[in-house]
Amino acid sequence: MTVSTGRLLAYIAVMAGVTYLIRMLPITLIKKKINNRFIKSFLYYVPFAVLAAMIIPDILFSTASVWSAVAGLLVAVILSLLGAKLLPVAAAACGTVYVVEFLMRTLK
Amino acid sequence: MNRNSKYIKGLKDGVPIGLGYLSVSFSFGMLAVNMGLPIWSAVVISMTNLTSAGQFAGIGIIAAGSPMVEMLFAQFIINLRYSLMSVTLSQKTDKTMTLPHRLLSSFFITDEIFAVASGQPEDVGCRYMYGLGTAPFLGWSLGTLLGAVAGSIMPDPLRSALGIALYAMFVAIILPPAKKSRPLITVIGVSIALSCLLRYLPLPVKLSGGTVIIICAVAASVLGALIFPVKEDETA
Repeated sequence: MTVSTGRLLAYIAVMAGVTYLIRMLPITLIKKKINNRFIKSFLYYVPFAVLAAMIIPDILFSTASVWSAVAGLLVAVILSLLGAKLLPVAAAACGTVYVVEFLMRTLK
Repeated sequence: MNRNSKYIKGLKDGVPIGLGYLSVSFSFGMLAVNMGLPIWSAVVISMTNLTSAGQFAGIGIIAAGSPMVEMLFAQFIINLRYSLMSVTLSQKTDKTMTLPHRLLSSFFITDEIFAVASGQPEDVGCRYMYGLGTAPFLGWSLGTLLGAVAGSIMPDPLRSALGIALYAMFVAIILPPAKKSRPLITVIGVSIALSCLLRYLPLPVKLSGGTVIIICAVAASVLGALIFPVKEDETA
């Protein structure tokens, strides 16, 4: 990489500045409670829609093999529906991926 | 609750997020160094940005030596979803959220921190937000440092297994409330379907991951708001 330290710092400043302004401006400028039912409904659904779109299909390519990822996803879905908390779900999914990939290497 | 106990409650709620961030930021640190960035810069990027998709795209732009305006545009598009979360949180803050606290605490808005904060039954205050942001910030920064330093020492099977951690957390965030809610299942289903369509249909322009997320979020949420407007007591 041939980027100078000065230019590197400029890149980082742009990254950090844009990202911060996006986060800071709405919560700082909007002081009143929003009473519009449509907007309130919209904002209620946003986090679910964002996270859903971030999970699928990216989760399938988050590990070394699509099959281990599918297994990990299934385990995460089942445990979540059973009411498990975030960390146990994440740990179980990681463990599943590890075991499935181990079996795939061993049985090959 | 007094001020300290609110900070402690936030701190506890943030620990799972911080642990989840360790593995992702670890891979970010490794990738940054592999792309030729100095270790310090990877850590500075994580400490000043605290975001995954934007940072991963950013180091690609730096390594390619692309124009500054491309960095600006990419970060804006990829991170625009935070403005939606910031709007939502603006409706859910208590009276401790004065201007200086809004300026500082908004830095901690990430997908996961937002999900936990917006899931609180009561309005959130600045102490809770600082507590909630502490472990994720430390985990994200420390993971980046460890990843950058460790380079490729970690064995591949372990790295692969850790790759799914954050996605599994997302699953655990959205599924339990959706289990008994047809509106939520509909919104999630529409968002997933759109996400797959936009990525795999042969479109004339290639959409970035950040753009796809924005389109899915807006479309699915508008649909949900039109078909299933929430009752007064359900909203934040």
